[in-house]
Amino acid sequence: MRREIPLLITAITGIVFVLQYFIPHAPFNKMNTWFSDWFSIVGAFAIWLGALNLLKISFQKIMDKKSDWFFALVIIISFFVITIIGFAEGQGFREPGTTFSWLYDYVYSPLSATMFAILAFFVASASYRAFRARNFEATLLLLSAFFVMLGRVPVGDIITGFLPQQYQLSQVASWIMTFPQTAGQRAIMIGIALGLVSTSLRIILGIERSHLGGGD
Amino acid sequence: MRLLIHTTLFLSVFIFIGSSRIFSVEPSPQVQADTLVNTADTVGVSVAPVTSLLVDDYKYDNGEQLNLSWVPSIDDQLIDGKVSVYRVYRITNDSTRELIAELPPGSNSFTDKNLNRHDTYRYIVAAVSASDDEVLSTTTEPVQPQREWINFRRGYLFLLALIIGGAVIYYIQSARRGKKLFVRKIAGLEAVDEAIGRATEMGRPILYIPGILDMDDVQTLAAITILGRVAHQIADYDTKIRMPVSRSLVMTAARETIKTAYQTAGRPDQYSDDMVSYVTDEQFGYVAAVDGIMVREKPATVFLLGAFFAESLILAETGNSIGAIQIAGTARPAQLPFFIAACDFTLIGEELFAASAYLSGEPKALGSLKGQDVGKAIAMIVILVGVIAVTIGNAWDVKFMNDVKDMLTTIFSTQ
Repeated sequence: MRREIPLLITAITGIVFVLQYFIPHAPFNKMNTWFSDWFSIVGAFAIWLGALNLLKISFQKIMDKKSDWFFALVIIISFFVITIIGFAEGQGFREPGTTFSWLYDYVYSPLSATMFAILAFFVASASYRAFRARNFEATLLLLSAFFVMLGRVPVGDIITGFLPQQYQLSQVASWIMTFPQTAGQRAIMIGIALGLVSTSLRIILGIERSHLGGGD
Repeated sequence: MRLLIHTTLFLSVFIFIGSSRIFSVEPSPQVQADTLVNTADTVGVSVAPVTSLLVDDYKYDNGEQLNLSWVPSIDDQLIDGKVSVYRVYRITNDSTRELIAELPPGSNSFTDKNLNRHDTYRYIVAAVSASDDEVLSTTTEPVQPQREWINFRRGYLFLLALIIGGAVIYYIQSARRGKKLFVRKIAGLEAVDEAIGRATEMGRPILYIPGILDMDDVQTLAAITILGRVAHQIADYDTKIRMPVSRSLVMTAARETIKTAYQTAGRPDQYSDDMVSYVTDEQFGYVAAVDGIMVREKPATVFLLGAFFAESLILAETGNSIGAIQIAGTARPAQLPFFIAACDFTLIGEELFAASAYLSGEPKALGSLKGQDVGKAIAMIVILVGVIAVTIGNAWDVKFMNDVKDMLTTIFSTQ
């Protein structure tokens, strides 16, 4: 029963989701919203599982004096500070001028932005590796990237200003993005859509069960 | 089973073909409003009224919408137009009229939503001049919204889904009967064994990242199904797995999956809940934590499978910097180039969904992959026909080709 009930719920939900796309009649037209609401409710309760797990692991780290236990202490302090302030400030805790919003604007946002900013350096290092002309395909990639990057900045058209307009770099770049790039991406999208259908059918029919714990 | 499939297919095709004639929904009452202006309502008139006001049922809904259309006032011109706004009034049953919408000049249609199919509705559209003088059309006849059981506008999609779904089920059945199926080698999945073996030899953990979306995303579900196969092997090799997640539900599902994999492998005592830990729902907070784990614990193998966004390259480059063998996979085309640049192996789109079936090697799971090929064949034929139709239709204005183009547009319209 431990496996059969989840399989049954999955099958019923999957079939209903397919049907509601083709049946506008009540109650099918409401089922999508119902299931999404139910999922949100389950998710809202489950967040406590996650929070408690985070606290448990962090406390354990401090108790056992594991390496880098100091970071666990930062997690616990941050968790309680933000939670207590959020509750203390009541419903308007997100309004400008509250301590919660100050913490959000001046602590959380800069930290998030810092992590995001690292991406710029990683793009440079990854591009350096990817654009090495080791073989024919890599050379094509290098050339395409060269034309697209140069075509997206004004200097590209200045360099190729002597050519007819349709051969200038901005036009070449937009041709690459509109035709070969879009064609490749659409091919991938078609594959993904078919993969989705196949995976969904495997899960709905109960052929794929490894997400319930592997094996048959 | 075979008989059932054939019968279902036959019935569906029969219903589909016959639907337009046998089950077609009769057009709901269409009433053309009187185009004469009600002189009682046009004191101080400065604009002409709207004409040909029509109200009809919105097709294929749950009886909650009505469509209105009209010919705009002749004074509604682009240059020197005298109409400032159109006001749509509704009369529910026999109540007084209520204003339900104000539309800009040039408007000639409106869909009234959230109606009750048990009520009757009448409408008036007023052309309003700059001096706020209203000129009303006469009231339409009472109309009730109709509800329909099947959205025949999506009939072709239904047929297409039926063909592809039927092909998947057919090949699953063929595989069950013992038919040999050829599945091409997927380098990223061939490397799974090697990647787990490497971590075992080096005595370092395996890091498994299932993306940052919840269990309602099919990519996360695919990542968890692959985890089931990978965890079984990890348990066999007695290697350590570390799985920080960004969603509580993913944590519980992953724990259950790994636990069962360890039990199936005969090592239940080796399993610990600490293998899977929740970090945070916040995107970059999660990235910071995972990067920290990578740098501190230096896993030998990193799996990045699931739905990724801006964090994909940050995670993959950090993994690359610590020298881990990385197997990535996502169905988000925008993130694929990052994974290809920074990881050793990348499962591109459909390969992510094929992974679990491929790793299991079970005939019935592999059969579903073969069924996808029918879909690909249809896609290839349609693309080819579409390209020819559009090219010839546009170049030489051939009616037949334009009809083919229109037909394909109708078939693949998702409205």
